[in-house]
Amino acid sequence: MKHWAIWLPLALFGLLFAVFASGLIAPGDRTIASQMIGKPLPDFDLPQAVPDRPALAKADFTTGKPKLLNVFASWCVPCIAEAPVLAELARAGVEIDGVAIRDRTADVQAFLARNGNPYTRIGRDDVSKIQFDLGSSGVPETFVINGKGIITYQHIGEIRADQVPMILQKLKEAQ
Amino acid sequence: MKAKHQRLVLICIALVGLVAAGLIAAYALRDQASYFYTPGDIAEKGVEPGQAIRLGGMVQKGSIRKQADGVTIDFIVEDGKGTVPVRFTGITPDLFVEGSGVVAEGRMNASGQFVADNLLAKHDENYVPREMRDMTKADVKKLGGTVQQP
Amino acid sequence: MIAEIALAILWLAAALAVLQLGVGSYALTARGAEFLRAVRPIAVVQGLLVAVAFALLIVLFLRTDLSVKLVAANSHSLKPLIYKIAGAWGNHEGSMLLWVTVMGLAGGFVALLERRLNERTMVATLAGQAFVSLGFYAFMLFSSNPFERLNPAPVEGNGLNPLLQDPGLAFHPPTLYIGYVGLSIAFSFAVGALITRDVGPAFARAMRPWVMGAWIFLTLGITAGSWWAYYELGWGGWWFWDPVENASLMPWLAATALLHSVSVLATRNALKAWTVMLAVVAFSMSMVGTFLVRSGILTSVHAFAVDPERGSFILTLLAIYIGGALALFGLRASTVTEGAKFHLFSREGSLVMNNVLLVGVLGIVLMGTLYPLVTEAFGTKVSVGPPYFNPVSAIFVFPMLVIMAAGPLMRWRQDNGRKLANLLAAPALVAAATLALVVVFGGEIGALPLLGLVFAAGLAVASVLPLWKRNLRRTPAHIWGMVIAHLGIAVALAGMASESAFNTEKLVASEIGQSHTVGPWTVELQGVKPIAGANWTALEARLVARYGDSNVQTVLNPQARMFASPPTATSEAALLTRWNGQLYAVLGEEGEDGRWQLRLWWKPFVPLIWYGGLLVGLGGILSLVGRTVRDLRRKGEPELEPISEPAASKPAAGGQEALA
Repeated sequence: MKHWAIWLPLALFGLLFAVFASGLIAPGDRTIASQMIGKPLPDFDLPQAVPDRPALAKADFTTGKPKLLNVFASWCVPCIAEAPVLAELARAGVEIDGVAIRDRTADVQAFLARNGNPYTRIGRDDVSKIQFDLGSSGVPETFVINGKGIITYQHIGEIRADQVPMILQKLKEAQ
Repeated sequence: MKAKHQRLVLICIALVGLVAAGLIAAYALRDQASYFYTPGDIAEKGVEPGQAIRLGGMVQKGSIRKQADGVTIDFIVEDGKGTVPVRFTGITPDLFVEGSGVVAEGRMNASGQFVADNLLAKHDENYVPREMRDMTKADVKKLGGTVQQP
Repeated sequence: MIAEIALAILWLAAALAVLQLGVGSYALTARGAEFLRAVRPIAVVQGLLVAVAFALLIVLFLRTDLSVKLVAANSHSLKPLIYKIAGAWGNHEGSMLLWVTVMGLAGGFVALLERRLNERTMVATLAGQAFVSLGFYAFMLFSSNPFERLNPAPVEGNGLNPLLQDPGLAFHPPTLYIGYVGLSIAFSFAVGALITRDVGPAFARAMRPWVMGAWIFLTLGITAGSWWAYYELGWGGWWFWDPVENASLMPWLAATALLHSVSVLATRNALKAWTVMLAVVAFSMSMVGTFLVRSGILTSVHAFAVDPERGSFILTLLAIYIGGALALFGLRASTVTEGAKFHLFSREGSLVMNNVLLVGVLGIVLMGTLYPLVTEAFGTKVSVGPPYFNPVSAIFVFPMLVIMAAGPLMRWRQDNGRKLANLLAAPALVAAATLALVVVFGGEIGALPLLGLVFAAGLAVASVLPLWKRNLRRTPAHIWGMVIAHLGIAVALAGMASESAFNTEKLVASEIGQSHTVGPWTVELQGVKPIAGANWTALEARLVARYGDSNVQTVLNPQARMFASPPTATSEAALLTRWNGQLYAVLGEEGEDGRWQLRLWWKPFVPLIWYGGLLVGLGGILSLVGRTVRDLRRKGEPELEPISEPAASKPAAGGQEALA
């Protein structure tokens, strides 16, 4: 009786641990790849987010040249960290189009003034409609779109500096 | 109590206490936990009126109707697979607007309307109840809110 | 430069923690005895270094050095000074640094001050402390460096969550954190004592002030957190059984149990294995709490930046430390000698029962908190709320209150029932009178609130009985502490029961100039106007409230606030406190017809909840100070602490109260 009772706490703890571990690795909890990969972009036609950049529509992605579609917001902290990396990609000749999620023009302008503006076009998505159509579940996310408007790659979270070559490679593959 | 059995007795007391707590908890949880439903789930499986549940989905565009008392609203929650009419009396959370996501706590009444005691407030744009985060991912439907990724 | 220096100091501190663990472990082997003396200085220096690193982080926040990523993400040059400082720990990286700082400082203090413990146990304790610290050092240095630079530096910071811009919340998390981390010292003591097989009164006395200190911080932290949720969320509730709240309650429950059993061990040399076990459980609840909050695996109304990766890390640490300690317990528990014997009907017996019931409540809260997680693994989503927690925990809480009333009046070793029954007659009478009064005059209030009021009344009387027939001036501080803490529980319970029993609420859409009654109050909405604060704008209502027939008018100004950066809206409730309760007003939105939504509550005696919490904390402080002063004064340790029996149950001839 006494003998096994001593190990009871450890067993209970093991159970607790299993619950936690399953909670952490449960499928719903991890970032999930969009089901849109390999499919054409959903139809959208977004209004201009800032005066000095044109608006964004699906037609802008069927020009024959692979592009990045970056989902961002001025209220999002990782987006600040991502800004210099996007700038680097833009310098490397990558065309980046942005979608500002649930944002205000003044805030987006301030954000771009502060962190640099790597975008060619920026559309605004006030109700996260495009975001969910894209299968994106957070901000920031970046999609590689080939010249025919097909989504070939989804990057969840901010692009880090060491991931730039990988993104460039994905763009090359999309050609 | 005989002294030499003391430790044994203490262990027994502790075990009985803990097992009792565990059993009571397990029994009560079956009754008292409120389950999470989407309008689609309700259309498919149905819910017993009066059972405490959480309802999550999108507030249908153009569906919010304010009642004459000024504090009661009726609106419709949809998820693409079903719709549920909801009534709520109280001050709505700041980010409660048409076309956005919502989680309501309450129960269905006999006439098929969901009476919400509470609309779960989002503290800020970045926060979405976990159940909803899963839903948006699960069927990539247009359920509101964004999840800020770290 | 400051950030680089601070990072270097942090690395140095981590290296010293490695040294502390290595030297400490070697010193415990047969050949290493000469190294025993080296461990204390290492622990002191490590504590100092990490404290310096933390101070430097605060300096960075004070200067709003935006080239540091953490500062840029969490601060803003326009932010008021106090929130700049609070910004240092109001985020993940900073709070981890606070965690190791508290651990390091506590280890340093233990090394410097604690002389009663066997030196080998001391060294094992410090090595254990270093081992626990190391996990968090590694976490910080490898995956969440607080001193990381941001290049290029942004022009302006990102601000702090406006909800956190509140004096209560600026100091609430660190208070809880200190409580959590304080329990790590108790854990290290337990591990140290298990390693050297030295579980005895000296160990308990060394551990007790740390348990008491951690418990005081947890008590005050929970009280403050509940107050914050009460007036900041604007929902009129003071406890939501939210996972984040439960995460702070569970360590408190475990620490409360530990606090009582460690006293038995110190005074009576009994409950040895049980005390060690509780020390491990208490710290594991701290880590479980941190894990639940930081990993975001549970839905909470309190938003936190969450990250599964951080969750995995904390879970790994949890597995190593708690799993390791429990395995050690399994291996060593049979070598822990059996403690002094006692009859179940005795002070010790009552403390055992209280412990079992507390752990029972802990189990109930833990199961309720984790149940959604378990069902989710099977694909069903549930949420567990007050309909579960309130009645189910009450099953254990009410018996516990009875034992709380009776226990302090009982004698150690063995007592007899008749004497106790005489003593308890007074509280029982008061409880019965309360029951009669409430049933006759209180109307329909539900079973739990009714029981709550009745038990609160009985407990309030019973809790001061230990002072009866004592010479009050010569009553030691820790007895006063116990009386005040138990009284605080009764006071808080009265507040809780009264709030749920007599609460009245009114929800209206009000025209300007219209009056409304809620409870004894008449409230007139006189106008709504926009105002601006430092970094927010708001709509502010002007309400004029009158109590009963009184002509005294009081103005209340509930606000709906909008913060600029990041864009967020909050409601600021307006509170009007009277001796017999609180008027609580929330402003909603304007309807199309120009009427404003107003929500008014009259909550009789609700402030007692927090006054009670403060009393409990005060009792803890008195007891801690009293014991420490006594310990420092006394030379030549007796093997057991002197017993202070309740005077009232003292045998007529020659009691054991010599030292009271």
